[in-house]
Amino acid sequence: MSLPKPVMRGLLGKRLRFHLPIAFTLSLLAAVSFKVITEPRKQAYADFYKNYDAMKEFSAMREAGVFESVRPTGE
Amino acid sequence: MLRLTAGRVRTLLSRQAMAALSTSSARMASHGHEVSEQADISLPYFDRLDTPLPDRPYQDSLSAAEKSLKQKEKGPWTSLSNEEKLALYRIMFKETYAEMKRPTGEWKTVVAGILFFMGATGLVVLWQRYYVYPPHPPSFDEEWQAKQVKRMLDMRINPVEGFSSKWDYEKGQWK
Repeated sequence: MSLPKPVMRGLLGKRLRFHLPIAFTLSLLAAVSFKVITEPRKQAYADFYKNYDAMKEFSAMREAGVFESVRPTGE
Repeated sequence: MLRLTAGRVRTLLSRQAMAALSTSSARMASHGHEVSEQADISLPYFDRLDTPLPDRPYQDSLSAAEKSLKQKEKGPWTSLSNEEKLALYRIMFKETYAEMKRPTGEWKTVVAGILFFMGATGLVVLWQRYYVYPPHPPSFDEEWQAKQVKRMLDMRINPVEGFSSKWDYEKGQWK
C-alpha cells in the first residue's frame, strides 16, 4: 500500500501557465468589444448632429401639439 | 456492547490512554450509586469526515482471534500481513473514508422537490391570473397604444439611436 509521492514543486508556475493566457485573452476581448461598441455610437451621434436643424425640429414638434408652453400655430 | 469493563479497556487501548481511562473508571466505581460498573456511555461512535479519530474504537467486544491480533499489533507492524492490517482497521473503524463519502443520490430528490414546487407555484399563479387579477386598464388597448406611439414619435423620443431613429419622418413610415 504505497501511494505515489504528490507533486511538491512548481505549483504556482503551473497555475500561472494555465490562467495567464486565459486572463490575457479575456482582457483583450473586453478592450476590443469596448471599441467595437463605442466607435459606431460616436459616429451615429456625429452623423445625427451634422445636419441637425433645431428650429425645424421644434416647429414640427410644436405643430404636433406635444408642448404645453407653445400651442400649434393654428390655435 | 456498551458494558466496557476495566479489563477490556486495558486490552483495547495504548498505555497512555489506559492511564486516563482507568482513573475515570476508578472514579465512577467510587460513586457506588450506579446500578452496575459501566464505562462512560457518553462515548458514542460515529463516522465523520471532519473527525478522523472517533472517541472509541468501533468493535468493543473482540473475539479470541481478534484479541490475539491485537496482541500481534503490539509488535513490529511489518510482521502484519495486509489482511491483518485490514482486520485491525475494521476493528477500530466502521467505514472507510471512501465508504463514508459514497454518493447517496440525494440530489435527485432535491431537484425533484424543487421542480415539483416550482410547478405547483406555476399553477397557483395561473389560477391567480384568472380569478384574482382585475381587468386590464384602458392604456392596454390597441387604439390607445397606437396613439401612444404617435405621441412618442412627435416628441422625438431617442432620435439618435433609439425609437424615433427608426421612423422616417419624410415618408411617414417605419424605416
